[in-house]
Amino acid sequence: MQLDDLYRRVIMDHYKNPRNRGKFDDDSLTVDLNNPTCGDRISLQLKLEDGVVKDARFSGEGCSISMSSASMMTEAVKGRTYAEAMELANRFSCLMQGKAVEFDEYEELEALSGVNKFPARIKCATLAWNALKKGIHEEE
Amino acid sequence: MNAALIKEQFPILHQEINGHPLVYLDSAATSQKPRAVLDAVQRYYEWDNSNVHRGVHTLGSRATDAYEGAREKVAQFIGAERTQEIIFTRGTTTSLNLVASAYGPAVLEEGDEIVITPMEHHSNLIPWQQLARRTGATLKYIPLQPDGNIALEDAEKMITDRTKIVAIAYVSNVLGVVNPVKSIAEIAHRHGAVMVVDGAQSTPHMKVDVRELDCDFYAFSGHKMCAPTGIGVLYGKKHLLESMEPIEFGGEMIDDVGLYESTWKELPWKFEGGTPIIAGAIGLGAAIDFLQEIGLDAIHQHETKLAKYATAKLSEIEGLTLYGPREREVGLLTFNLQDIHPHDVATVLDASGVAIRAGHHCCQPLMRWLKASATARASLYLYNTEQDIDRLAEALVQTKEYFG
Repeated sequence: MQLDDLYRRVIMDHYKNPRNRGKFDDDSLTVDLNNPTCGDRISLQLKLEDGVVKDARFSGEGCSISMSSASMMTEAVKGRTYAEAMELANRFSCLMQGKAVEFDEYEELEALSGVNKFPARIKCATLAWNALKKGIHEEE
Repeated sequence: MNAALIKEQFPILHQEINGHPLVYLDSAATSQKPRAVLDAVQRYYEWDNSNVHRGVHTLGSRATDAYEGAREKVAQFIGAERTQEIIFTRGTTTSLNLVASAYGPAVLEEGDEIVITPMEHHSNLIPWQQLARRTGATLKYIPLQPDGNIALEDAEKMITDRTKIVAIAYVSNVLGVVNPVKSIAEIAHRHGAVMVVDGAQSTPHMKVDVRELDCDFYAFSGHKMCAPTGIGVLYGKKHLLESMEPIEFGGEMIDDVGLYESTWKELPWKFEGGTPIIAGAIGLGAAIDFLQEIGLDAIHQHETKLAKYATAKLSEIEGLTLYGPREREVGLLTFNLQDIHPHDVATVLDASGVAIRAGHHCCQPLMRWLKASATARASLYLYNTEQDIDRLAEALVQTKEYFG
Protein backbone atom coordinates (compact mmCIF):
# COMPACT_ATOMS: atom_id res chain seq x y z
CA MET A 1 0.00 0.00 0.00
CA GLN A 2 1.30 3.40 -1.04
CA LEU A 3 0.40 4.89 2.33
CA ASP A 4 2.87 2.62 4.04
CA ASP A 5 5.58 3.99 1.76
CA LEU A 6 4.72 7.39 3.13
CA TYR A 7 4.40 6.55 6.76
CA ARG A 8 7.28 4.19 7.36
CA ARG A 9 7.85 3.12 10.93
CA VAL A 10 10.94 5.26 11.17
CA ILE A 11 8.91 8.35 10.27
CA MET A 12 6.36 7.61 12.94
CA ASP A 13 9.15 7.03 15.41
CA HIS A 14 10.67 10.44 14.70
CA TYR A 15 7.23 12.03 14.81
CA LYS A 16 6.33 10.53 18.15
CA ASN A 17 9.81 10.79 19.69
CA PRO A 18 11.35 13.77 17.98
CA ARG A 19 15.10 14.22 18.39
CA ASN A 20 16.53 17.65 19.16
CA ARG A 21 13.18 19.22 19.79
CA GLY A 22 13.39 22.35 21.86
CA LYS A 23 15.34 25.56 22.09
CA PHE A 24 18.82 26.57 23.16
CA ASP A 25 18.90 29.07 25.99
CA ASP A 26 21.18 31.42 24.13
CA ASP A 27 21.28 33.64 21.09
CA SER A 28 21.98 30.84 18.62
CA LEU A 29 21.16 31.56 15.00
CA THR A 30 17.40 31.11 14.61
CA VAL A 31 15.56 30.58 11.34
CA ASP A 32 11.76 30.78 11.31
CA LEU A 33 10.04 29.39 8.28
CA ASN A 34 6.44 28.61 7.57
CA ASN A 35 4.44 27.00 4.91
CA PRO A 36 1.77 29.59 4.15
CA THR A 37 -0.48 27.22 2.26
CA CYS A 38 -0.90 24.80 5.11
CA GLY A 39 0.24 26.51 8.30
CA ASP A 40 3.24 24.35 9.16
CA ARG A 41 5.83 26.33 11.11
CA ILE A 42 9.37 25.57 12.11
CA SER A 43 11.83 27.46 14.21
CA LEU A 44 15.28 26.01 13.67
CA GLN A 45 18.22 26.90 15.87
CA LEU A 46 21.75 26.23 14.74
CA LYS A 47 25.04 26.36 16.60
CA LEU A 48 27.48 27.18 13.86
CA GLU A 49 31.18 27.35 14.73
CA ASP A 50 34.30 27.24 12.63
CA GLY A 51 32.40 26.21 9.55
CA VAL A 52 30.74 23.30 11.30
CA VAL A 53 27.15 22.66 12.39
CA LYS A 54 27.91 21.85 16.00
CA ASP A 55 24.33 21.38 17.13
CA ALA A 56 20.75 21.93 16.01
CA ARG A 57 17.34 22.13 17.61
CA PHE A 58 13.89 22.73 16.26
CA SER A 59 10.45 23.67 17.49
CA GLY A 60 7.22 24.27 15.65
CA GLU A 61 3.95 22.80 14.56
CA GLY A 62 3.22 20.57 11.67
CA CYS A 63 2.25 17.23 10.27
CA SER A 64 4.11 13.97 10.83
CA ILE A 65 6.11 14.43 7.64
CA SER A 66 7.37 17.93 8.40
CA MET A 67 8.17 17.22 12.04
CA SER A 68 9.82 13.84 11.45
CA SER A 69 11.84 15.34 8.61
CA ALA A 70 13.00 18.12 10.94
CA SER A 71 13.95 15.57 13.58
CA MET A 72 15.98 13.52 11.10
CA MET A 73 17.59 16.57 9.55
CA THR A 74 18.89 17.83 12.90
CA GLU A 75 20.36 14.39 13.57
CA ALA A 76 21.87 14.12 10.11
CA VAL A 77 23.66 17.46 9.99
CA LYS A 78 25.23 17.55 13.43
CA GLY A 79 29.00 17.66 13.19
CA ARG A 80 29.03 18.30 9.45
CA THR A 81 30.80 21.15 7.75
CA TYR A 82 28.66 23.74 5.98
CA ALA A 83 29.61 22.22 2.63
CA GLU A 84 28.72 18.72 3.78
CA ALA A 85 25.42 19.89 5.22
CA MET A 86 24.53 21.77 2.03
CA GLU A 87 25.45 18.75 -0.04
CA LEU A 88 23.21 16.61 2.15
CA ALA A 89 20.39 19.13 1.66
CA ASN A 90 20.82 18.95 -2.10
CA ARG A 91 20.80 15.18 -2.03
CA PHE A 92 17.60 15.35 0.01
CA SER A 93 16.04 17.53 -2.72
CA CYS A 94 16.97 14.84 -5.24
CA LEU A 95 15.28 12.24 -3.04
CA MET A 96 12.12 14.36 -3.08
CA GLN A 97 12.27 14.45 -6.87
CA GLY A 98 12.12 10.68 -6.91
CA LYS A 99 15.79 10.11 -7.71
CA ALA A 100 17.59 7.15 -6.19
CA VAL A 101 20.04 8.55 -3.70
CA GLU A 102 21.75 7.04 -0.71
CA PHE A 103 22.51 8.50 2.66
CA ASP A 104 25.36 6.49 4.04
CA GLU A 105 25.85 9.12 6.73
CA TYR A 106 22.30 8.79 8.01
CA GLU A 107 20.27 6.07 6.35
CA GLU A 108 17.01 6.92 8.11
CA LEU A 109 16.55 9.81 5.69
CA GLU A 110 15.78 7.28 2.98
CA ALA A 111 12.55 6.50 4.86
CA LEU A 112 11.23 9.77 3.46
CA SER A 113 11.64 8.59 -0.14
CA GLY A 114 7.95 7.64 -0.28
CA VAL A 115 7.01 11.32 0.01
CA ASN A 116 7.84 11.93 -3.66
CA LYS A 117 4.73 9.96 -4.61
CA PHE A 118 2.64 12.49 -2.69
CA PRO A 119 3.37 15.79 -4.44
CA ALA A 120 1.24 17.78 -1.99
CA ARG A 121 3.46 16.64 0.87
CA ILE A 122 6.92 17.33 -0.56
CA LYS A 123 6.88 20.86 0.82
CA CYS A 124 6.24 19.39 4.27
CA ALA A 125 9.38 17.27 4.06
CA THR A 126 11.58 20.05 2.72
CA LEU A 127 10.57 22.76 5.22
CA ALA A 128 13.29 21.94 7.78
CA TRP A 129 15.93 21.54 5.08
CA ASN A 130 15.04 24.91 3.62
CA ALA A 131 15.45 26.40 7.08
CA LEU A 132 18.88 24.78 7.33
CA LYS A 133 20.00 26.15 3.97
CA LYS A 134 18.74 29.61 4.89
CA GLY A 135 20.62 29.47 8.20
CA ILE A 136 23.93 28.46 6.65
CA HIS A 137 23.54 31.08 3.89
CA GLU A 138 23.00 33.75 6.53
CA GLU A 139 26.11 32.67 8.39
CA GLU A 140 28.33 32.51 5.32
CA MET B 1 -34.70 16.15 -3.60
CA ASN B 2 -32.70 13.06 -4.51
CA ALA B 3 -28.99 13.63 -4.01
CA ALA B 4 -28.05 10.37 -5.71
CA LEU B 5 -29.84 11.44 -8.90
CA ILE B 6 -28.25 14.88 -8.69
CA LYS B 7 -24.83 13.27 -8.33
CA GLU B 8 -25.44 11.56 -11.68
CA GLN B 9 -25.27 14.97 -13.32
CA PHE B 10 -21.72 15.66 -12.13
CA PRO B 11 -19.34 13.75 -14.42
CA ILE B 12 -16.29 14.28 -12.22
CA LEU B 13 -17.86 12.49 -9.28
CA HIS B 14 -17.90 9.18 -11.13
CA GLN B 15 -14.29 8.17 -10.89
CA GLU B 16 -12.05 6.16 -8.64
CA ILE B 17 -9.35 7.75 -6.53
CA ASN B 18 -6.68 5.38 -5.28
CA GLY B 19 -8.92 2.43 -6.08
CA HIS B 20 -12.02 3.74 -4.31
CA PRO B 21 -15.04 5.65 -5.62
CA LEU B 22 -14.44 9.36 -5.07
CA VAL B 23 -16.22 10.99 -2.13
CA TYR B 24 -15.87 14.72 -2.61
CA LEU B 25 -16.20 16.65 0.65
CA ASP B 26 -14.39 19.85 -0.24
CA SER B 27 -17.15 21.92 -1.81
CA ALA B 28 -16.50 24.90 0.46
CA ALA B 29 -13.16 25.22 -1.33
CA THR B 30 -14.75 24.75 -4.73
CA SER B 31 -17.82 22.90 -5.90
CA GLN B 32 -17.99 20.45 -8.75
CA LYS B 33 -19.74 21.40 -11.98
CA PRO B 34 -22.84 19.72 -13.42
CA ARG B 35 -23.14 18.66 -17.05
CA ALA B 36 -25.53 21.57 -17.72
CA VAL B 37 -22.87 24.14 -16.79
CA LEU B 38 -20.09 22.37 -18.68
CA ASP B 39 -22.34 22.19 -21.74
CA ALA B 40 -23.31 25.85 -21.55
CA VAL B 41 -19.67 26.94 -21.52
CA GLN B 42 -18.78 24.52 -24.30
CA ARG B 43 -21.75 25.65 -26.40
CA TYR B 44 -20.78 29.28 -25.96
CA TYR B 45 -17.26 28.62 -27.24
CA GLU B 46 -18.48 26.42 -30.08
CA TRP B 47 -21.30 28.68 -31.32
CA ASP B 48 -21.45 32.15 -29.82
CA ASN B 49 -17.92 33.16 -28.86
CA SER B 50 -17.33 36.81 -29.62
CA ASN B 51 -16.51 39.95 -27.72
CA VAL B 52 -19.41 41.72 -26.06
CA HIS B 53 -20.89 45.22 -26.42
CA ARG B 54 -19.03 46.05 -29.63
CA GLY B 55 -19.58 43.66 -32.51
CA VAL B 56 -22.27 44.52 -35.01
CA HIS B 57 -22.20 40.95 -36.24
CA THR B 58 -24.51 38.14 -35.16
CA LEU B 59 -22.04 36.41 -32.88
CA GLY B 60 -21.39 39.73 -31.15
CA SER B 61 -25.07 40.15 -30.35
CA ARG B 62 -25.47 36.56 -29.24
CA ALA B 63 -22.50 36.81 -26.87
CA THR B 64 -23.76 40.15 -25.53
CA ASP B 65 -27.26 38.79 -25.00
CA ALA B 66 -25.94 35.73 -23.22
CA TYR B 67 -23.59 37.78 -21.02
CA GLU B 68 -26.22 40.36 -20.09
CA GLY B 69 -28.79 37.58 -19.73
CA ALA B 70 -26.56 36.02 -17.09
CA ARG B 71 -26.54 39.36 -15.25
CA GLU B 72 -30.33 39.36 -15.20
CA LYS B 73 -30.32 35.85 -13.79
CA VAL B 74 -27.93 36.90 -11.02
CA ALA B 75 -30.04 39.95 -10.16
CA GLN B 76 -33.17 37.84 -9.90
CA PHE B 77 -31.29 35.08 -8.01
CA ILE B 78 -30.21 37.34 -5.15
CA GLY B 79 -33.24 39.60 -5.20
CA ALA B 80 -31.51 42.75 -6.49
CA GLU B 81 -33.83 45.45 -7.74
CA ARG B 82 -31.81 46.31 -10.83
CA THR B 83 -29.30 44.58 -13.12
CA GLN B 84 -27.15 47.74 -12.86
CA GLU B 85 -26.39 46.69 -9.30
CA ILE B 86 -24.69 43.47 -10.44
CA ILE B 87 -20.98 43.81 -11.23
CA PHE B 88 -19.19 40.79 -12.63
CA THR B 89 -15.80 40.24 -11.01
CA ARG B 90 -13.25 37.47 -10.72
CA GLY B 91 -14.69 36.24 -7.42
CA THR B 92 -15.44 37.17 -3.83
CA THR B 93 -11.89 38.37 -3.19
CA THR B 94 -11.99 40.80 -6.11
CA SER B 95 -15.48 41.96 -5.14
CA LEU B 96 -14.48 42.75 -1.55
CA ASN B 97 -11.28 44.44 -2.70
CA LEU B 98 -13.33 46.55 -5.08
CA VAL B 99 -15.45 47.83 -2.18
CA ALA B 100 -12.39 48.41 -0.02
CA SER B 101 -10.53 50.26 -2.78
CA ALA B 102 -13.34 52.18 -4.47
CA TYR B 103 -15.67 52.91 -1.57
CA GLY B 104 -13.39 52.84 1.48
CA PRO B 105 -11.02 55.76 0.89
CA ALA B 106 -13.89 58.04 -0.15
CA VAL B 107 -15.69 57.74 3.17
CA LEU B 108 -13.03 56.98 5.76
CA GLU B 109 -11.16 59.59 7.74
CA GLU B 110 -8.56 59.13 10.38
CA GLY B 111 -10.18 57.80 13.56
CA ASP B 112 -13.17 56.28 11.73
CA GLU B 113 -13.84 52.61 12.25
CA ILE B 114 -14.22 49.45 10.23
CA VAL B 115 -15.87 46.60 12.12
CA ILE B 116 -15.37 42.93 11.23
CA THR B 117 -15.11 39.63 13.17
CA PRO B 118 -12.24 37.22 13.89
CA MET B 119 -13.99 34.50 11.87
CA GLU B 120 -13.55 36.29 8.55
CA HIS B 121 -11.83 34.60 5.65
CA HIS B 122 -8.59 36.39 4.75
CA SER B 123 -10.41 37.92 1.76
CA ASN B 124 -12.80 39.75 4.09
CA LEU B 125 -10.03 40.72 6.50
CA ILE B 126 -6.88 41.82 4.71
CA PRO B 127 -8.62 44.35 2.39
CA TRP B 128 -9.94 46.09 5.53
CA GLN B 129 -6.60 45.80 7.32
CA GLN B 130 -4.93 47.49 4.37
CA LEU B 131 -7.66 50.10 4.07
CA ALA B 132 -7.33 50.93 7.77
CA ARG B 133 -3.58 51.35 7.38
CA ARG B 134 -3.98 53.58 4.35
CA THR B 135 -6.63 55.83 5.84
CA GLY B 136 -5.74 55.86 9.52
CA ALA B 137 -9.05 54.21 10.36
CA THR B 138 -9.30 51.71 13.23
CA LEU B 139 -10.08 48.08 12.54
CA LYS B 140 -12.31 46.61 15.25
CA TYR B 141 -13.43 43.04 15.85
CA ILE B 142 -16.76 41.89 17.26
CA PRO B 143 -15.65 39.14 19.67
CA LEU B 144 -16.96 35.59 19.24
CA GLN B 145 -18.97 33.62 21.77
CA PRO B 146 -17.33 30.42 23.06
CA ASP B 147 -19.26 28.37 20.46
CA GLY B 148 -18.24 30.71 17.64
CA ASN B 149 -21.48 32.65 17.32
CA ILE B 150 -21.78 36.45 17.32
CA ALA B 151 -23.90 38.01 20.05
CA LEU B 152 -25.89 41.03 18.88
CA GLU B 153 -25.08 42.85 22.16
CA ASP B 154 -21.42 42.67 21.19
CA ALA B 155 -22.19 44.02 17.73
CA GLU B 156 -24.14 46.86 19.41
CA LYS B 157 -21.11 47.67 21.55
CA MET B 158 -18.58 47.59 18.74
CA ILE B 159 -20.50 49.54 16.11
CA THR B 160 -20.50 53.27 16.93
CA ASP B 161 -21.13 56.57 15.20
CA ARG B 162 -17.51 56.50 14.05
CA THR B 163 -18.10 53.21 12.23
CA LYS B 164 -18.32 53.66 8.48
CA ILE B 165 -18.06 50.05 7.27
CA VAL B 166 -19.19 46.76 8.80
CA ALA B 167 -18.07 43.64 6.89
CA ILE B 168 -19.14 40.16 7.95
CA ALA B 169 -19.48 36.70 6.42
CA TYR B 170 -23.03 35.46 6.12
CA VAL B 171 -21.77 31.91 6.72
CA SER B 172 -18.36 31.12 8.22
CA ASN B 173 -16.22 28.87 6.04
CA VAL B 174 -14.81 27.17 9.14
CA LEU B 175 -17.36 27.22 11.96
CA GLY B 176 -20.45 26.66 9.87
CA VAL B 177 -22.34 29.35 11.73
CA VAL B 178 -24.91 31.53 9.99
CA ASN B 179 -24.38 35.08 11.16
CA PRO B 180 -27.28 37.46 11.89
CA VAL B 181 -26.27 39.82 9.10
CA LYS B 182 -29.74 41.32 8.75
CA SER B 183 -29.78 42.43 12.40
CA ILE B 184 -26.19 43.62 12.19
CA ALA B 185 -27.08 45.60 9.04
CA GLU B 186 -29.81 47.35 11.06
CA ILE B 187 -27.31 48.28 13.74
CA ALA B 188 -24.82 49.49 11.11
CA HIS B 189 -27.44 51.61 9.39
CA ARG B 190 -28.55 53.17 12.67
CA HIS B 191 -25.00 54.49 12.98
CA GLY B 192 -24.76 55.55 9.35
CA ALA B 193 -22.39 52.74 8.35
CA VAL B 194 -22.66 50.50 5.31
CA MET B 195 -23.03 46.73 5.64
CA VAL B 196 -20.80 44.54 3.47
CA VAL B 197 -21.69 40.85 3.39
CA ASP B 198 -19.27 38.14 2.31
CA GLY B 199 -21.65 35.68 0.70
CA ALA B 200 -19.09 33.15 -0.56
CA GLN B 201 -20.37 30.34 1.68
CA SER B 202 -24.05 31.30 1.82
CA THR B 203 -25.05 31.96 -1.78
CA PRO B 204 -24.46 28.38 -3.01
CA HIS B 205 -26.46 26.83 -0.20
CA MET B 206 -29.47 28.94 0.77
CA LYS B 207 -31.96 31.44 -0.57
CA VAL B 208 -30.42 34.89 -0.41
CA ASP B 209 -32.33 38.12 -0.80
CA VAL B 210 -30.15 41.20 -0.64
CA ARG B 211 -33.10 43.54 -0.22
CA GLU B 212 -34.51 41.46 2.62
CA LEU B 213 -31.06 41.52 4.29
CA ASP B 214 -30.83 45.21 3.45
CA CYS B 215 -27.09 44.91 2.98
CA ASP B 216 -25.31 47.58 1.00
CA PHE B 217 -22.77 45.32 -0.68
CA TYR B 218 -22.86 41.57 -1.17
CA ALA B 219 -20.00 39.54 -2.65
CA PHE B 220 -19.85 35.95 -3.86
CA SER B 221 -18.03 33.54 -6.17
CA GLY B 222 -19.40 31.41 -8.96
CA HIS B 223 -17.08 28.46 -8.53
CA LYS B 224 -18.49 27.51 -5.13
CA MET B 225 -21.98 27.27 -6.64
CA CYS B 226 -21.48 24.93 -9.59
CA ALA B 227 -20.17 27.63 -11.98
CA PRO B 228 -16.65 27.86 -13.44
CA THR B 229 -13.74 29.46 -11.60
CA GLY B 230 -12.89 33.06 -12.43
CA ILE B 231 -16.39 34.54 -12.22
CA GLY B 232 -17.87 36.28 -9.22
CA VAL B 233 -20.28 39.03 -8.35
CA LEU B 234 -20.38 42.25 -6.43
CA TYR B 235 -23.86 43.49 -5.67
CA GLY B 236 -24.07 47.07 -4.48
CA LYS B 237 -26.92 49.48 -3.89
CA LYS B 238 -27.19 51.71 -6.92
CA HIS B 239 -26.61 55.05 -5.19
CA LEU B 240 -23.44 53.68 -3.57
CA LEU B 241 -22.04 52.20 -6.76
CA GLU B 242 -22.82 55.44 -8.56
CA SER B 243 -20.86 57.42 -6.00
CA MET B 244 -17.79 55.23 -6.47
CA GLU B 245 -15.00 55.79 -8.96
CA PRO B 246 -13.74 52.86 -11.04
CA ILE B 247 -10.44 51.33 -9.99
CA GLU B 248 -9.61 49.65 -13.30
CA PHE B 249 -9.39 51.71 -16.43
CA GLY B 250 -9.23 50.65 -20.05
CA GLY B 251 -11.48 49.22 -22.70
CA GLU B 252 -15.16 48.44 -22.14
CA MET B 253 -15.66 50.83 -19.24
CA ILE B 254 -15.42 54.19 -20.99
CA ASP B 255 -17.97 56.63 -22.32
CA ASP B 256 -15.74 59.16 -24.02
CA VAL B 257 -11.95 59.28 -24.09
CA GLY B 258 -10.02 62.47 -24.75
CA LEU B 259 -6.29 63.06 -24.73
CA TYR B 260 -6.34 64.33 -21.18
CA GLU B 261 -9.71 63.41 -19.78
CA SER B 262 -12.21 60.60 -20.04
CA THR B 263 -15.66 59.74 -18.79
CA TRP B 264 -17.11 56.41 -17.77
CA LYS B 265 -19.93 54.23 -18.87
CA GLU B 266 -22.94 53.87 -16.65
CA LEU B 267 -23.39 51.14 -14.11
CA PRO B 268 -22.53 48.33 -14.08
CA TRP B 269 -20.01 48.59 -16.93
CA LYS B 270 -17.86 51.32 -15.43
CA PHE B 271 -16.52 48.66 -13.06
CA GLU B 272 -15.89 46.09 -15.78
CA GLY B 273 -12.79 47.34 -17.54
CA GLY B 274 -11.37 45.07 -20.27
CA THR B 275 -13.00 42.14 -21.99
CA PRO B 276 -15.15 40.57 -19.32
CA ILE B 277 -15.32 36.95 -18.21
CA ILE B 278 -17.97 36.12 -20.78
CA ALA B 279 -17.91 32.32 -20.66
CA GLY B 280 -17.70 32.42 -16.88
CA ALA B 281 -20.77 34.63 -16.61
CA ILE B 282 -22.67 32.34 -18.98
CA GLY B 283 -21.58 29.37 -16.88
CA LEU B 284 -22.80 31.18 -13.77
CA GLY B 285 -26.15 31.79 -15.44
CA ALA B 286 -26.41 28.08 -16.23
CA ALA B 287 -25.47 27.20 -12.65
CA ILE B 288 -28.22 29.49 -11.33
CA ASP B 289 -30.75 27.77 -13.63
CA PHE B 290 -29.52 24.41 -12.40
CA LEU B 291 -29.74 25.35 -8.71
CA GLN B 292 -33.11 27.04 -9.06
CA GLU B 293 -34.61 24.09 -10.85
CA ILE B 294 -33.77 21.97 -7.80
CA GLY B 295 -34.70 24.83 -5.48
CA LEU B 296 -32.47 26.58 -2.98
CA ASP B 297 -34.78 25.70 -0.12
CA ALA B 298 -34.62 22.01 -1.04
CA ILE B 299 -30.81 22.21 -1.26
CA HIS B 300 -30.64 23.93 2.11
CA GLN B 301 -32.91 21.36 3.73
CA HIS B 302 -30.90 18.51 2.28
CA GLU B 303 -27.66 19.97 3.60
CA THR B 304 -29.10 20.74 7.04
CA LYS B 305 -30.29 17.15 7.33
CA LEU B 306 -26.99 15.80 6.10
CA ALA B 307 -25.05 18.10 8.44
CA LYS B 308 -27.08 16.75 11.35
CA TYR B 309 -26.36 13.19 10.25
CA ALA B 310 -22.66 13.99 9.88
CA THR B 311 -22.49 15.73 13.26
CA ALA B 312 -23.97 12.66 14.94
CA LYS B 313 -21.73 10.30 12.98
CA LEU B 314 -18.52 12.19 13.70
CA SER B 315 -19.44 12.67 17.36
CA GLU B 316 -19.42 8.90 17.74
CA ILE B 317 -15.72 8.81 16.91
CA GLU B 318 -13.73 8.90 20.10
CA GLY B 319 -10.99 11.50 20.11
CA LEU B 320 -12.62 13.65 17.44
CA THR B 321 -13.04 17.34 18.29
CA LEU B 322 -15.73 19.11 16.32
CA TYR B 323 -15.44 22.92 16.23
CA GLY B 324 -18.32 25.39 16.14
CA PRO B 325 -21.84 25.06 17.50
CA ARG B 326 -23.39 21.61 17.92
CA GLU B 327 -26.49 22.61 16.01
CA ARG B 328 -25.61 23.57 12.49
CA GLU B 329 -27.73 24.51 9.52
CA VAL B 330 -24.95 24.34 6.98
CA GLY B 331 -22.82 21.45 5.84
CA LEU B 332 -19.46 22.58 7.17
CA LEU B 333 -17.73 20.32 9.67
CA THR B 334 -14.36 21.40 10.96
CA PHE B 335 -12.58 18.98 13.25
CA ASN B 336 -9.39 17.46 14.54
CA LEU B 337 -8.79 13.80 15.20
CA GLN B 338 -6.82 13.19 18.39
CA ASP B 339 -3.41 14.72 17.96
CA ILE B 340 -3.05 13.49 14.39
CA HIS B 341 -2.14 16.42 12.20
CA PRO B 342 -4.94 17.30 9.75
CA HIS B 343 -2.54 16.91 6.81
CA ASP B 344 -1.94 13.35 7.82
CA VAL B 345 -5.67 12.82 8.26
CA ALA B 346 -6.32 14.24 4.79
CA THR B 347 -3.61 12.10 3.21
CA VAL B 348 -4.91 8.90 4.77
CA LEU B 349 -8.48 9.81 3.80
CA ASP B 350 -7.35 10.48 0.25
CA ALA B 351 -5.93 6.99 0.11
CA SER B 352 -9.53 5.82 0.67
CA GLY B 353 -10.86 8.17 -2.01
CA VAL B 354 -12.27 10.72 0.46
CA ALA B 355 -11.34 14.33 -0.37
CA ILE B 356 -11.36 16.82 2.50
CA ARG B 357 -9.51 20.04 3.20
CA ALA B 358 -6.75 20.38 5.78
CA GLY B 359 -4.98 23.51 6.90
CA HIS B 360 -5.92 26.97 8.10
CA HIS B 361 -8.70 27.50 5.53
CA CYS B 362 -7.51 31.07 4.89
CA CYS B 363 -8.56 31.93 8.45
CA GLN B 364 -5.36 32.28 10.46
CA PRO B 365 -6.85 34.63 13.11
CA LEU B 366 -9.75 32.20 13.62
CA MET B 367 -7.31 29.26 13.91
CA ARG B 368 -5.56 31.14 16.72
CA TRP B 369 -8.92 31.74 18.38
CA LEU B 370 -9.66 27.99 18.13
CA LYS B 371 -6.15 27.34 19.49
CA ALA B 372 -5.51 24.99 16.60
CA SER B 373 -2.65 25.48 14.18
CA ALA B 374 -4.67 23.68 11.54
CA THR B 375 -7.90 21.74 11.23
CA ALA B 376 -9.55 19.26 8.90
CA ARG B 377 -12.78 20.26 7.20
CA ALA B 378 -15.45 18.26 5.44
CA SER B 379 -17.87 20.42 3.48
CA LEU B 380 -21.07 19.19 1.88
CA TYR B 381 -23.13 20.13 -1.10
CA LEU B 382 -26.24 19.04 -2.92
CA TYR B 383 -24.58 15.99 -4.46
CA ASN B 384 -23.43 14.47 -1.15
CA THR B 385 -25.28 11.57 0.40
CA GLU B 386 -25.41 9.75 3.73
CA GLN B 387 -23.18 7.09 2.15
CA ASP B 388 -20.52 9.76 1.64
CA ILE B 389 -20.67 10.58 5.36
CA ASP B 390 -20.44 6.89 6.22
CA ARG B 391 -17.34 6.59 4.05
CA LEU B 392 -15.84 9.62 5.79
CA ALA B 393 -16.54 8.17 9.22
CA GLU B 394 -15.09 4.77 8.27
CA ALA B 395 -11.98 6.36 6.86
CA LEU B 396 -11.54 8.43 10.01
CA VAL B 397 -11.72 5.34 12.18
CA GLN B 398 -9.11 3.69 9.94
CA THR B 399 -6.93 6.78 10.23
CA LYS B 400 -7.02 6.48 13.99
CA GLU B 401 -6.01 2.84 13.80
CA TYR B 402 -3.25 3.68 11.34
CA PHE B 403 -1.70 6.26 13.61
CA GLY B 404 -2.71 4.44 16.78
